[in-house]
Amino acid sequence: MVTLTVNGAAHDVDVPPDMPLLWVLRDVIGLTGTKFGCGIAQCGACTVHVDGQPLRSCQLAVGTLGTRAVTTIEAIGATTAGAKAQRAWLDLEVVQCGYCQSGQIMAAAALLATTPSPDDADIDAAMAGNICRCGTYVRIREAIKKAATAA
Amino acid sequence: MSRSRIVLGIVAAIVVAGAGVFAWIAFGPGPMDFAGGRAVPLAKYKAGSPTGVPADFASADPVERGKYLTIAADCQACHTAKGGTPFAGGLAFRLPFGTIWSPNITPDKETGIGNWTDAQFLAALREGKGPKGRLYPAMPYASYTYLTDADALAIRAYLATLAPVRRQTPALAFSWPFNQRWLMSIWGGLFNPNQRFEPNADRSPAWNRGAYLAEALGHCGECHTPRNLAQALDNRSKYAGAVAAGWRAFNLTADKATGVGGWSDAEIAQYLSQGHAPGRGTAAGPMGEAVDLSLSKLTKSDIAALVTYIRTVPAISTPDQPQPKTALAPATHALAAADQHAPLGKKIFEGACIGCHAWSGSGTLTGLATLNGTRAVNDPDATNVAQVIIQGASRSTPQGQSVMPAFGHAYSDAEIAAVANYVTARFGAKPSSVTAEQVAKLRKAN
Amino acid sequence: MSVTTAPAGPALSRRALLQIGAAVGGGLLVGFVVRAEAAEQVVSGFAPNAFIRINPTGEIKLVMPQVEMGQGVYTSICMILAEELDADWHKVTFEHAPPSDALYGNPVFGLQATGNSNSIRAFWTPLRKAGAGTRAILVQAAAKGWGVDPASCRTGWSEVIHDASGRRIGYGALAGRAAGLKPPADPLLKDPSKFRLIGKSLRRLDTPDKVNGTAKYGIDAMPPGVKFATFAHAPVQGGKVAHVDDARAKSVPGFRQVVVLDDLVAVVGDHMWAALQGLAALDIEWADGANAGVDTAQVRDRLVKASSRPGVVAKTVGDVGKALGDDAIEAAYDVPFLAHATMEPMNCTVHVTAGRCEIWTGIQVMTRAQAVAAKVTGLPPEQVIVNNHLLGGGFGRRLEVDQVETAVRIAQHVTSPVKVVWSREEDIRHDVYRPAWHDRLSARLDGDRISAWRHIITGSSVLARWLPPAFVDGKDFDAVDCAADMPYDIPNFEVSHVREEPPGVTTGFWRGVGPAHNVFVIESFIDELAHRAGIDPVQFRLGMLGKAPRLQTALRYAAEKSGWGTPLPADCGRGVSVQPAFASWIANVTEVEVDGDGEVKLRRITCVVDTGIAVNPNTVAAQIQGGLVFGLTAALFGEITIDKGRVQQSNFHDYRMLRLNETPPIDVYVLQSGEAPGGIGEAGTTAAAPALANAIFAATGKRLRRLPIDRDVLAGRKEA
Ligand code: FES
Ligand code: FES
Repeated sequence: MVTLTVNGAAHDVDVPPDMPLLWVLRDVIGLTGTKFGCGIAQCGACTVHVDGQPLRSCQLAVGTLGTRAVTTIEAIGATTAGAKAQRAWLDLEVVQCGYCQSGQIMAAAALLATTPSPDDADIDAAMAGNICRCGTYVRIREAIKKAATAA
Repeated sequence: MSRSRIVLGIVAAIVVAGAGVFAWIAFGPGPMDFAGGRAVPLAKYKAGSPTGVPADFASADPVERGKYLTIAADCQACHTAKGGTPFAGGLAFRLPFGTIWSPNITPDKETGIGNWTDAQFLAALREGKGPKGRLYPAMPYASYTYLTDADALAIRAYLATLAPVRRQTPALAFSWPFNQRWLMSIWGGLFNPNQRFEPNADRSPAWNRGAYLAEALGHCGECHTPRNLAQALDNRSKYAGAVAAGWRAFNLTADKATGVGGWSDAEIAQYLSQGHAPGRGTAAGPMGEAVDLSLSKLTKSDIAALVTYIRTVPAISTPDQPQPKTALAPATHALAAADQHAPLGKKIFEGACIGCHAWSGSGTLTGLATLNGTRAVNDPDATNVAQVIIQGASRSTPQGQSVMPAFGHAYSDAEIAAVANYVTARFGAKPSSVTAEQVAKLRKAN
Repeated sequence: MSVTTAPAGPALSRRALLQIGAAVGGGLLVGFVVRAEAAEQVVSGFAPNAFIRINPTGEIKLVMPQVEMGQGVYTSICMILAEELDADWHKVTFEHAPPSDALYGNPVFGLQATGNSNSIRAFWTPLRKAGAGTRAILVQAAAKGWGVDPASCRTGWSEVIHDASGRRIGYGALAGRAAGLKPPADPLLKDPSKFRLIGKSLRRLDTPDKVNGTAKYGIDAMPPGVKFATFAHAPVQGGKVAHVDDARAKSVPGFRQVVVLDDLVAVVGDHMWAALQGLAALDIEWADGANAGVDTAQVRDRLVKASSRPGVVAKTVGDVGKALGDDAIEAAYDVPFLAHATMEPMNCTVHVTAGRCEIWTGIQVMTRAQAVAAKVTGLPPEQVIVNNHLLGGGFGRRLEVDQVETAVRIAQHVTSPVKVVWSREEDIRHDVYRPAWHDRLSARLDGDRISAWRHIITGSSVLARWLPPAFVDGKDFDAVDCAADMPYDIPNFEVSHVREEPPGVTTGFWRGVGPAHNVFVIESFIDELAHRAGIDPVQFRLGMLGKAPRLQTALRYAAEKSGWGTPLPADCGRGVSVQPAFASWIANVTEVEVDGDGEVKLRRITCVVDTGIAVNPNTVAAQIQGGLVFGLTAALFGEITIDKGRVQQSNFHDYRMLRLNETPPIDVYVLQSGEAPGGIGEAGTTAAAPALANAIFAATGKRLRRLPIDRDVLAGRKEA
């Protein structure tokens, strides 16, 4: 039995400790906003925050989490940076199929939380790990800049 | 003095010098000579029994015991083609003068060793004398020569229980004169001591067991000891590190800065048995394979014995491999020196590598991905960094399998060089300057 | 494919036969049938194929016959319907249509398929008529109630207004009454100058749920009691399972069962992790079968050999043989197999019970999904319930139903609902690949023009497998799309297709279909000829585009906006390409820098598109941007290779994707030309490779006639 704190709520889950957080979130807790894309830390679709840090949940064994707080796309709107990112995403119509966008927004929210006015190099550094097969990159860059200037 | 006398004098001087060099090479120390003390015949060593299987296997049946020894000797690593049936041979060794393939050692009568007599097996294993000609020292018979008859035959007995696989070993593809197998008898005469293991009466049973495991079975020196001009191990620099099969085998001597002198016993033991020690690095390439196929399956007591033995190898400093830098890199991306050193490398790192290794290098998801403090990123040649990028790595740990994918297929030589240079500059003691051409060579080395 | 070269196939009717009915609770239902033979199938009386539902509170629900995979079609369809209906945009919602070719079939395919960038092209007129017809009966209903002439009424946002009396009534209040009325046979459409929605960059309707994690894709389906499965296919196509040892798998926590089928082995568990771990713990022996010797080099050899066989001529003008003479300029081009790698891996959730099969998935071909499930289970199609979802990318991959078929085959052995998810490795190794092609071109220059052109296209025929009725007389209109109808004015011209199917590899449609390959080849060769002729590539093209004025305009505009002809730093170059693909006219200029190591840096892209009426210009621009990234990914990195019958790539580390930090600024200019809308979902993809290759030539003088770009060739380490 592993106890997790996800989006502020405690969950006792009966899973092996080496099970990646991604599958615990999706298949056990039922939070399907976090997506599976590659399973090898190459695409970023599974990005969540652990104590505010963006991490690949497909590679993160739940047994190593301890009491650290997990935040997923379902709750990121409650943070200032997350809400700003979501608003900018809508304003600039970033999204296409949308499948990668949970991960994109989680990565962007983490960036905005630590770097309120990111430049292009900061955006590259924070976002290059997230693949978008629909090719929304140009708008992701714009949206992050827009979110940064939003009140 | 007449001209001719001067010439004669010079010739004599060259001959003497040549003989000196020859003698230096040919009569170098044996692998255990560093320890001094008194070598005694096995039967005379009463303190313990350094050969055979460990106590845990004492009551196992002969096949199980042979299997343990076969694993400890890691026959499988070389006698298995990539993706092929274990022990059926076919792994290519690409050398500058051609390619040689490891033979099939399953009991198939025509293509394997099913028809060999015990005597033929012993001669091949310990003397490099195959039934059809001399063996090349790619087969470490100069190490296996220390095996006892009983252990060698136990291995033989185990191999005989394998399912025979029909698989012809490709013919040697060496250029002349290297294709002349008989030349190897000269090599063997000079460099194969052709003697069985003799314990050191002045050392503990654990040390002697470790020596037998490291020298006779595990043949650690084959990669970790530099070679001389004749391609024999130069035990004057025992375990000081070398590049083998395109990978760097690091300094295992007691040197604190550049060897394993600074490691705790527990760290060495964990590295050997799990292929990973936190903050020290993660085994990949041939060492990863040695851990997977061999070391990880050794008993606790055998690992402890290996640690005891390795700890006694005298320190040799190898300043070309500086002391690993252990400090974390900054948690943000900007690091001017590294960024300028390899901008293309940064670009790839922030896309493909960052998810596991993080800007700090601290391996946010699994300790196995920690870069700081590892030998590989502190190697100014970045040999293993480049190889791991090309080939990837896979470690099984008590927490499950941990895999780094192989990027060699989709990334160019220039890109791999750039990432290696960026990684060493950002996380290591000294930035590397690997070129695309060097990466191309590394790809071909294995 | 462009509409003009599409064969009739199933009879194509642009008449929307409206069907009106009453909804439960007093609302209005409007359906329409777009195909003549489908009209006959629809029984008299109202069939519940509603496209528009108006309930008494005025809420308007639109049913989506096409699927949303990122192209923004849900929003565009809603915009078209709402425009002609004069609906209050804020009261419009939508839902997925159930499967039915007869009721929701795409007018071009004759089946309920979304692909070929033709949703808007195919549904443009029918949807407008549906909207306009509905509006007409709402007006009738209001006029009748007021006792006035319908002609004296007009509509505003979801209401009918009688200006003379100042009366107005909302659509909701009219819905019940309108249900009994007869719609006009040919409703009057709005003059485009009166459009209030079409042509505006309205917010997409599907995005709010996609930024907060609530959007549901097929992979998110969670029917009660669902179990999770993943599987391994035989690594070689046609291979079979020889032996499975599941001893170790059984001790994996959460493991439920192993399903061994003829050609695959699946593991079912309490969660995907159990399934993945269980699969990894299986020892499976495969019998590879006949294709175990297939490799990429062999496939290419076969294509090259086949290319000297006579092919099926798609178009011929003048006397090409004579005009080419014996010293024609010749070149051969090659493009590789490509995987789709949709971001959402293949998946399908299935629950098979006695007499019923329910499916949850996201698919481009709803009715085919239903049909294949019916075939596997032996159930009549009506007993197969398909719940369609948003698609995490389609790109042609979800025009196939193997994800459904596999899942149903597995689910037949599982008592609970089971979600079958492909690992990324399975997804890439068992795709239906974009064909590898070998193209031979010959041309003759006459001054500043091309006087003769021959193009022999060798490769498989996806159409023959996917839509056999459209593959008539060996003619594959997709294989020659954009080649047979090249925009250039060339007096002697011949294009043919030699069909050569690769052994052990199934090929399928891939974003950009025929044009994605043909435009690369043609526009590269045109560039070669421009350089031979010593003429600026833009001028050279303009000189031969007399019959394609829309393309000329786009090209001039692109040249201006990209700064064509202005100086660039060392090692940099600009390349241009034009295309008439999918009835959208595009000119693209790409600027690159190539360093000594052969690394290609994308500097900037300028793309001008005339897609006729752009229903939602922002969506058009987004599709072009995204399509370009998709095409650039393929041109720079994309290649599926085969060794011993096995696909060698497996995941994003070896089947590489362009990333954000490698993507240049992309400026898209959408020209509004007032023509009927063209297709846009794939046009950007098609435009990427040729302009890139031409830019690389401009920067380095090296002509790359093979994709992907070989950086060793650019670095001089290898011959082209
Ligand atoms: S699914 Fe975790 S990074 Fe791709
Ligand atoms: S929006 Fe489709 S993958 Fe990013």
